[in-house]
Amino acid sequence: MLRKTLSLIITFDATVQAMAAESCLQALGLPGRLIPVPREITAGCGLAWKAPPEAQERLRAALENANIPASGYHVLMV
Amino acid sequence: MIYLDNTATTLRKPPCVAQAIVQAMETMGNAARGAHGSALDAGRTVFEARVKLARFFGCPDPSHVIFTANSTEALNIALFGLFSPGDHVISTDLEHNSVLRPLYALEREAGLAVDFVPADSRGKVDYTAFSALVRPSTRAIVCTHASNLTGEMLDLHEIAAVARQHNLLLVVDASQTAGAVPIDMAALGVDVLCFTGHKGLMGPQGTGGLCIRPGVEIRPWKRGGSGVQSYSPTQPAEYPTRLEAGTLNSHGIAGLSAAVDFLTETGVETIARHEAALTRRFYAGVRDIPGVMVYGDFAEVRRAAIVALNVRDYDSGAVSDALSETYGIATRPGAHCAPRMHRALGTVNQGAVRFSFSWYSTPEEVDAAIAAVREIAAP
Repeated sequence: MLRKTLSLIITFDATVQAMAAESCLQALGLPGRLIPVPREITAGCGLAWKAPPEAQERLRAALENANIPASGYHVLMV
Repeated sequence: MIYLDNTATTLRKPPCVAQAIVQAMETMGNAARGAHGSALDAGRTVFEARVKLARFFGCPDPSHVIFTANSTEALNIALFGLFSPGDHVISTDLEHNSVLRPLYALEREAGLAVDFVPADSRGKVDYTAFSALVRPSTRAIVCTHASNLTGEMLDLHEIAAVARQHNLLLVVDASQTAGAVPIDMAALGVDVLCFTGHKGLMGPQGTGGLCIRPGVEIRPWKRGGSGVQSYSPTQPAEYPTRLEAGTLNSHGIAGLSAAVDFLTETGVETIARHEAALTRRFYAGVRDIPGVMVYGDFAEVRRAAIVALNVRDYDSGAVSDALSETYGIATRPGAHCAPRMHRALGTVNQGAVRFSFSWYSTPEEVDAAIAAVREIAAP
């Protein structure tokens, strides 16, 4: 059985941005990891950053500060 | 980690592959550029690889083995170099985007007409549909040897018979079968065979190629340095130089060459039997688990070592993530770059979780994967 938790999902237009985000966020010690993009958002090939919802502002600030564009911030059960 | 994503790339390679690459990097110059010892070493290594691959795939002439970075590049070279405005080609719903996107581009930009033999909800084609689509302007059938999504293999004997009857070229994408299934392009009647080096052939990424039947003319897709005819303003007409502008990935080709040695010594039939046994074992273990939907027709004896499935209405990405995070099992979820096949199977929204096996996969790994699927599928 799959257990779902309320999560923040950050999506990117291109895989290269997802890799840049991982590099940036891990270097800063921020929470989360890369996962397959949930189908609620898109069914295409791709990676997304999954993290606890309460980390959203810190993650957003870190990505904006590093000029890494995210295509969306979603809070949903995954 | 239990690695069951061998259709994406084989992770474990024969040890001789890495050894050959390291040796090549330490000793080889640039093939066909100069005549000093290290350049000749590179030239010999590349030539030997052509000879081995020609023998391996039943290509009558080693000079017609063209090296590329992967299948996608090989297919682009073949498709952009074979057809002219007004031509018509027949392809299938099983195709990967490496066939579809070049064909769609040629349709949009170069006056090519394309028809697709449909797949049914099990991913199977009706072979009579190929003949039914032939028109006076039909030049070729372009098809995969096996679906990268379900492992369904197309019967190249049947398709080649249609091609012969109507005087059509047969271009085959062997990405999923090269190295894993015996292929004799001359015996089968294949005119252009496109392969990648890093999957069943167990060579390094960045290697691949196409084998061309002598007499088939493919226009150059790129132009540039060849090491010969330097004052000619045009790309040399001779194969393989015609299609190989620029420095080759000779280091990778050295690794691929060693991989072909390993495959030849081991025997492709032996590898095929091993992978087929694992595929059947996995299918038998998961097919009756309540909530598991397996795609494809497993009554077929010959198929690529792939099992694609879904669990309940779960997102295939979530299932694959659970397999990875909880069980340490690597699989591929989502859309598999095969949009027409996903439509045929009805998996556009859910995608599918793909398990794929290799020579280095074991029955114990298969059993662990079955147990993991059973736990995930439990209510």
